[in-house]
Amino acid sequence: MGAGQLFELFRASRDHARTVFMPFMTAGIPDAGKSLGVFEELAEAGADAFEVGIPYSDPLMDGPVIQAASTRALAGGMTFGGGLDLAGEVAKSTGLPVIVMTYVNPILQIGPEEFAGQAKMAGVAGVIIADVPFEESMLIKVALDDVGIGIAMFAAPTTTEERLRSIAGAEPAFIYAVADMGVTGRRDQLRSDLEDMVRRIRAVTSIPMVLGVGISTPDQAREASQLADGVIVGSALVSEVMESGGVPSAEAFADAVHAG
Amino acid sequence: MTLPDSGGRFGEYGGRFAPETLMDTLTELEKAFLEAWADPDFKSEYQQLLADFVGRPSPLFAADRLSDRIGVRVLFKREDLNHTGAHKINNTIGQALLARRMGKPRIIAETGAGQHGVATATAAALLGMKCQVYMGSKDIARQALNVYRMELLGTEVIPVTTGARTLKDAVSEAMRDWVASAGDTHYIIGSVVGPHPFPLIVREFQKVIGEELKEQLAGTPVDLIVACVGGGSNAMGIFFPFIGTEVELVGVEAGGEGIESGRHGASLSHGRPGVLHGAHTYLLQDEEGQVLEAHSASAGLDYPGVGPEHAYFKDAGLVRYESVTDAEALGAFHLVGELEGIIPALESAHAVAWVVREAKVLAGKTVVINMSGRGDKDVEQIREMEGG
Repeated sequence: MGAGQLFELFRASRDHARTVFMPFMTAGIPDAGKSLGVFEELAEAGADAFEVGIPYSDPLMDGPVIQAASTRALAGGMTFGGGLDLAGEVAKSTGLPVIVMTYVNPILQIGPEEFAGQAKMAGVAGVIIADVPFEESMLIKVALDDVGIGIAMFAAPTTTEERLRSIAGAEPAFIYAVADMGVTGRRDQLRSDLEDMVRRIRAVTSIPMVLGVGISTPDQAREASQLADGVIVGSALVSEVMESGGVPSAEAFADAVHAG
Repeated sequence: MTLPDSGGRFGEYGGRFAPETLMDTLTELEKAFLEAWADPDFKSEYQQLLADFVGRPSPLFAADRLSDRIGVRVLFKREDLNHTGAHKINNTIGQALLARRMGKPRIIAETGAGQHGVATATAAALLGMKCQVYMGSKDIARQALNVYRMELLGTEVIPVTTGARTLKDAVSEAMRDWVASAGDTHYIIGSVVGPHPFPLIVREFQKVIGEELKEQLAGTPVDLIVACVGGGSNAMGIFFPFIGTEVELVGVEAGGEGIESGRHGASLSHGRPGVLHGAHTYLLQDEEGQVLEAHSASAGLDYPGVGPEHAYFKDAGLVRYESVTDAEALGAFHLVGELEGIIPALESAHAVAWVVREAKVLAGKTVVINMSGRGDKDVEQIREMEGG
């Protein structure tokens, strides 16, 4: 369990040259009762790990699709505690590593230690905090380290080499490399300088790196999978659940990532 | 300039809780601001525009009839006489000049009632920059005249339809735009809120209010300075030069329909510390940290957070924070009109209302109230509220 599960995940991926497919899904859609089923469907389609998005009132990093999903989930009674519980059920039901994606304020309200304890109880492997750059992450990282849960840290196309060194030096469980500037959501194509960012990160560290934000078609996912240890697909799948309750394209995404 | 520290902290408040995609932009902005602010040419261009375009210094006016009525000597710092009708322009002129210096031809901003939007549109027109303003669709409906003003000034107003469709959502949407567009765009935030360096930048551009006041008083003793607090920029502007002096400083928040109703905007008096829009500060939130909507008849105070330096002032006991209700503010709005021939902004009327309410305790004292804006924008709303 915990960060060890992530370590194994990425080691196996490198051993077998098989990129990790890590879909993002908001907890609590299409409704609270059917949410677990969506994750099970994603597992069936070939997910290797999950990013469970805990809905938040002010999702600064998210575009319209995930904002709408958060609003619907909150209106349907999903809570921060409920999101952690669901993450635990997903881990139990699928046996796959579960990474929780949240914003920082709910963590500060219960306190980093209490949060780490609850995440540990739920069986969470890792945590992504969208609005915490590495400078502000240390208190929370220490609490998570204490219970053996991994924390991800971000790198962006604009992150300088000096910052990359500091980020790598903080030893996150993995680096979430932001594939495009801007909020989550659909893009027509990947950035032309994506390889350049990946090369700059690789030059500094061998910590596992996943690409996410704006990867919205299987073709883009295949392209991204050739550059990274893992690929996150979010809005494209979330919008399917919002519209139909299911994830019909998940298998195509999984195949594309695994083929890359 | 002792605070914020290098991490943008005012004690435990402030900081930079921003996505990694903004960190480089914020660092660049901090560097550019500090360089510009230390450059005499930049400062003199800013001050020249404040004089010739904004009409500064704003007068200090003795409100004698109000003083006689309540038994407290009241002076108004007349920010309502600034071009565009409020203190907001002090900041937008400064930040627009900074954007031009940084080579960014596009400006974005958020606005609630539209005052900051109009002030930003004005600065953008003055300097020939492209400008887009995010505004909640609910605010667009209730402030149609200010939307038209911005359009007359060549600005495009972009409706925000997420959340409660008010100021908080407009700030979020402007930040989302900026994450993707920072290469050619500067975000002129409207108050002393947001991630570092914004609270610092806006304070530095607004502190001209308090500096002028110090000069105008020329040693005349003053007991209190009172200002309304939403995000807190007019209060910061007038308080900052007086922090640590003998003068008592009082910030007045929006009590809305009454604190006990739960429908208010008093984040300092009745909120808890947390993170909103990139800063650690006091905010209105539920048990598990979801941010709540603020409620105030005054759109400029209708914000669930507050500038982090105010949070620091509160904990350090440097400023006292109180609140008055919509009804009390409305009473003061009429009183100032009838006794002084000044129709105040509903925001500024909150500061007056607190002094009126506390008149017995303040009897015989001298109080400066920051008349942060004029009330033309509120006339139609108040006529509707009162069934006129």
